[in-house]
Amino acid sequence: MATVATTYRTCPRSGLQFERQAEWLIKAHAFMGVVWLLIGGLLALGVVLTRWPAVRWLEAPTFYQVLTAHGLDMLIFWIIFFEIAVLHFCSSTLLRCRIATPKLAWLGFVLMVVGSIVNNVAVYQGGSSVMMTSYVPMMAAPSFYLGIILFAVGALIGCGVFFGTLVVARREKTYEGSIPLVTFGAMTAAIIAVFTLLSGALIIVPAWLMSMGLMNVDPLIYRTVWWALGHSSQQINVATHVSVWYLVAAVVLGAKPMSERVSRMAFLLYILFLQLASAHHLLADPGVSTAWKVVNTSYFMYLAVLASMLHGLTVPGAMEVAQRQKGYTKGLFEWLRKAPWGNPVFAGVFISIIGFGFLGGITGVMMGTEQLNLIIHNTIYVPGHFHATVVVGTTLTFMALTFYLIPVLFKREMIAPKLAQWQPYLFGLSMYFFCLVMMGAGTLGVSRRHWDMAFQGAALAYEWPGAAYLMMGLVGIGGVAAIVGGAAFIYITVGSLLWGKKLDGGATSAQFTPVKRAAPAVVAEGYGSSGFAAPGTFVLAMVFLVSFVLYYFINWKYLSTLWGLS
Amino acid sequence: MSAILPPAERLWYKHPIDRVEGTWLAIALTWCMILFFMMVGWHIWGKQNLSTETYRTTAEQYMAKAQAATEKYQVRTETDQEIPVVAPPPGADVYLVARMWSFWPIIELEKDKTYRLHLSSLDYNHGFSLQPANINIQLVPGFEHVVTVTPNQSGTYGLVCNEYCGLGHHMMVSRLYVK
Ligand code: HEM
Ligand SMILES: [Cu+2]
Ligand SMILES: [Cu+2]
Repeated sequence: MATVATTYRTCPRSGLQFERQAEWLIKAHAFMGVVWLLIGGLLALGVVLTRWPAVRWLEAPTFYQVLTAHGLDMLIFWIIFFEIAVLHFCSSTLLRCRIATPKLAWLGFVLMVVGSIVNNVAVYQGGSSVMMTSYVPMMAAPSFYLGIILFAVGALIGCGVFFGTLVVARREKTYEGSIPLVTFGAMTAAIIAVFTLLSGALIIVPAWLMSMGLMNVDPLIYRTVWWALGHSSQQINVATHVSVWYLVAAVVLGAKPMSERVSRMAFLLYILFLQLASAHHLLADPGVSTAWKVVNTSYFMYLAVLASMLHGLTVPGAMEVAQRQKGYTKGLFEWLRKAPWGNPVFAGVFISIIGFGFLGGITGVMMGTEQLNLIIHNTIYVPGHFHATVVVGTTLTFMALTFYLIPVLFKREMIAPKLAQWQPYLFGLSMYFFCLVMMGAGTLGVSRRHWDMAFQGAALAYEWPGAAYLMMGLVGIGGVAAIVGGAAFIYITVGSLLWGKKLDGGATSAQFTPVKRAAPAVVAEGYGSSGFAAPGTFVLAMVFLVSFVLYYFINWKYLSTLWGLS
Repeated sequence: MSAILPPAERLWYKHPIDRVEGTWLAIALTWCMILFFMMVGWHIWGKQNLSTETYRTTAEQYMAKAQAATEKYQVRTETDQEIPVVAPPPGADVYLVARMWSFWPIIELEKDKTYRLHLSSLDYNHGFSLQPANINIQLVPGFEHVVTVTPNQSGTYGLVCNEYCGLGHHMMVSRLYVK
């Protein structure tokens, strides 16, 4: 066995074993993520109070600047910092293995910090209010792109260290058999991340050169390759937060995956099929052929949709089986009624699962349909959809995981536990509402990234229907409520680190304890009814399916009333 | 806690599949197939399919063509800026120019008649968002996109730019008439 000088701490509360370097890396990445979430949240206040028609807080140039920074800080910096933390956790901690190359991992971290700051400074200096998509030929300052490039290189290093750690774990036999499902899911996320970051390099580097006048980039090629980055990065988020769902189901309820085969196949489908789905961002574009659109949005996207539909069943299904084994077997839903709703780790994840599926998933498929895209492209429906995926799905899940990690990783007692109990409901449910009314406004045609829906001063102003103004007002109210929920999260997390009671860290040793395999599965069959191990979940799944089918066909009906287009 | 532990049996791809999962897999797969066939089927039976007829162009080339067509079909001007209003005959090629931060010219069509609408941008990406019909198309510089349209309702439509195109983006709004 290799003799690398490090120590392993066994957490007395969870039994998890943290290697010293990994522990600090996870803390540092998670912390930086939360810093960006805080900044992005402050910016969200500017965005949402400006889009609220009755308030219209910021001036137009400030609004566009703030919106550019909000998108970048949230979607890229907050989420990817936290994801690298999750990767180190899923490799080093779950496999009880040392970090492969700690020095390199820290270099990656430093690059990410520097890159994110350089990029933000460029935005605040003005002249780079190009939105996170920075479609050419609109140009930002060179440092805008440089910051993204540095950040991406750092993240790529983080992924490399993750793979290295998996190799070390295998070589040093820190575990028996195959890697756990959660690590497997994280691995799919890391593989997609490598693809994503390389596509990113392929397009952001030319854009950077273009900003210095060194080359010219075709606007349509830019859009196509940019979305290979932009879309697949969402796939990293999904693979990561689904892994965390399995993790939380395991640590909070002791749930086992219903079938390793189905869950792992579903993760593999993400790798195989989602990365090419960038087409659904270009459905309203010129110059892309119908066949290409159809193949990319159906063959590739729907098999990834299939994967998400599977996870959407297997995660709650696993929870149901675990709850039934504890004796909550009455009727279809006793397992759900008696779930630990007062535990923010569980509540956050469950609210996330439901919102991600019903609000994010259904609408994503609708807007990703070639023809249906015509009725929502670039309307505020689009941010409505992705706040359901990336905020209710990813962000809320990461918040729940953070609550879990405060005692386990940061060794602090959580301050304000009552507030923490309420936080997922406040943040999650107000986000549900916020997404729904944004989609409502988008269905009425209201544009995204738009400072003034009243078009004051324009000779040919268009008058939106009153309902659109009402919806945008509700967006304002829901958004502010969600920001309060986000502030509660920051307060609890940062407050716990600063003032929370210090907890016993547990014994440290120079050696890891190898991870044992799971106990062989108990036959689940006996617990359900009519041969179904998780009948309640199946009913929920059918409710989901019916909503999906109805909503999907309602939109076809709406489309059929439009002008003839061919 | 086995999602975070190595699986009990090494060969995870041989694990049995539960009845619930198997059933759901079959249902979900069927649904995905339906999603696919709707998209293809709409190309055959549906009336709203975005054309993919596209030509590469430049700002100068496109503007020259748009100017010629506009002179030909101009019927009046509107607003202080005297934006031309064009009323092309059914079946004609109509040109719309998007640039920072206006659309040019104003187009007047007839209900239930078909036109070849040419769309392009002279500078950045812009958006063609026709309201309240809610038809949204991306305008990309360097590409001339020809969309065949058949208006099915008369009235005064708003034409909003819904792709962020710089600091005057929210001022970029025009009109389209259908008689
Ligand atoms: C906490 C409450 C939040 C509120 C109230 C909020 C509000 C908004 C609003 C109103 C917009 C649309 C503006 C427009 O298109 O005119 C927007 C855009 C966006 N938001 Fe949020 N947001 C929040 C949190 C988040 C989080 C957590 C993320 C990511 C994880 C996120 C990612 C984005 C992105 C990527 C955009 C698109 C920016 C663009 O169009 O370039 N937001 N946000
Ligand atoms: Cu514009
Ligand atoms: Cu615009």
